Amino acid sequence: MTNLIENIGYDLIVNEIPDSARVLDLGCGSGLLLQRLKNEKNVTGYGVEISEQSVSQCLERGVYCYQGDIDEGLSDYKDNSFDYVILNQTLQSTKRPDFVIQEVLRIGLHSIISFPNFAYYVTRLQLLCRGIMPKNRLLPYEWYETPNIHLITVKDFRMFCTQRKYPIKKEIHFSISDSGGAVIRKFNPNISAEYGFFVLNGAGITSSNSVRP
Amino acid sequence: MKKNSKIDEHSVGIVTPQYFTFAEEPESFEFLCGRKLSPITLAYETYGTLNRKRDNAVLICHALSGNAHAAGYHHEDDPYPGWWDAYIGPGKAFDTDKHYIICSNVIGGCDGSTGPSTINPATGRPYGLSFPMITVRDIVQAQRHLIRHLGINSLQAVAGGSLGGMQALKWAILYPGMVRCVIAIATSASVSAQAIAFNEVGRQAIFKDPSWNNGDYYDRHSPDSGLSLARMIGHITYMSEKLMHEKFGRRLQDSAVSHFDFDQEFLVETYLHHQGFKFVNRFDANSYIYITKAIDYFDLGKDYEGMISAFEHVSADFLVVSFTSDWLYPSTQVKEIVKALRVNGKNVVYTDIDTDKGHDAFLVKNRPLERNIANFLKSHSIKDDELD
Repeated sequence: MTNLIENIGYDLIVNEIPDSARVLDLGCGSGLLLQRLKNEKNVTGYGVEISEQSVSQCLERGVYCYQGDIDEGLSDYKDNSFDYVILNQTLQSTKRPDFVIQEVLRIGLHSIISFPNFAYYVTRLQLLCRGIMPKNRLLPYEWYETPNIHLITVKDFRMFCTQRKYPIKKEIHFSISDSGGAVIRKFNPNISAEYGFFVLNGAGITSSNSVRP
Repeated sequence: MKKNSKIDEHSVGIVTPQYFTFAEEPESFEFLCGRKLSPITLAYETYGTLNRKRDNAVLICHALSGNAHAAGYHHEDDPYPGWWDAYIGPGKAFDTDKHYIICSNVIGGCDGSTGPSTINPATGRPYGLSFPMITVRDIVQAQRHLIRHLGINSLQAVAGGSLGGMQALKWAILYPGMVRCVIAIATSASVSAQAIAFNEVGRQAIFKDPSWNNGDYYDRHSPDSGLSLARMIGHITYMSEKLMHEKFGRRLQDSAVSHFDFDQEFLVETYLHHQGFKFVNRFDANSYIYITKAIDYFDLGKDYEGMISAFEHVSADFLVVSFTSDWLYPSTQVKEIVKALRVNGKNVVYTDIDTDKGHDAFLVKNRPLERNIANFLKSHSIKDDELD
């Protein structure tokens, strides 16, 4: 299960990032994505990860990683100091997702934000028909042990961006096929897609127009 | 006597200290305080082989009580290896099959390098307190003379813990073109008031020992009680509360019943006394007061008008490590270094290793630390090969 979770959306992200970009991956795990980006796109990559073991694995892969909370020290970075900031399957476990997104847009020219879509029909049916907290391959945890504390839907996130005037550059919502690849869900993604995938344009969001946490 | 059984295939074996003398008359070495000295000798040891391109050298910097003897044994019957033997040798974190390892005794030290116990050629007597105040900058500048003498223009890495980490940071700042990697462990850009306080109590223990005699004791009884007390105080700060509890608890030395007197009875008391006793046989009280003062004065933020500007021009890649139970150089202080590097967009790996071993966790066997150092050096060696 951990492997499946770690690789989610990697192909889409690698596709999206241009050659030689400067990338920050928040919640980078063992550094697999950054290593792929380095090998395939020659990026200059940095990661932030909470677990000591994962940072050790990053070192093994030659990936630069900071051990800490993902929002720790983001305020130190200058405006637009990264081409891409990645929040892959991480946002739903942050304490203040709104501030994290704002900081990510401030320090990045672009950001890629992907998360499990809580409005996916299987999840909806579990809650509606069985009356229990959804538990499936998308949300593989029991209610009492889940790290997911801020569950979101594709629609929620889109509304959030509209309210905050965060420019959405692209939406590539997807599900995972049986072979493990991403299948893009264009039709009614809020029901049909397992994962939300947004590319936001953060160039215009700087310290002068964002609210300090 | 039988052969030393500890010399296995992962040991650098029998090693011999070497000496390099520079700044001989009419030249001299100028300290940060403005004083000049001539000549200067550094004791050093090397392990492994310098490659043909002379680019696989790693400089190891020792901490307060260390010396040039970082690995291996001095002779067949030597009971103890060098202070970082667990990390240096064939197949170890600092792999002597790949790297040429150099470690030198700091200037101001007492293990072969010029320091307060060295004879002043002008007077024929030991320098004592007439020795100039030393700083981390002076230590590093003296090391640079040695590195150039060895024909090395670019160091693969400079590494060290505590005061050794301060030297590694200073190397990267002073000589950005010469340092490709920095491994800074349990160190700080400036120590806390608490750390200065402990150092000062240690120094006062020495000053208050009548044998200290204003640093002039080399021809008579040395201030052993002062120095051993300073060491005992230091030792408390190098351990975590949990480690002390596990190692000693409230256990008694040799009986289950308290004697109700002032003899050393608790195991922790005996341990500290033993550490103090061992130390006076190998360390000079004057070197202790000079080196602790160099630690206290070290302040990158002050010297470079802010931490961000201190690291603005470094070009090395960094591995910075803290320990969760280190209260002398706590993680929050270590992170200040990392923060300055991150803001400047430098390449840095930071990890906070979970251990109960306290500040001294880098001196004992520590698998995560050993693995991280080895992997960091490995990934950076590959990059260098690509430069061919």
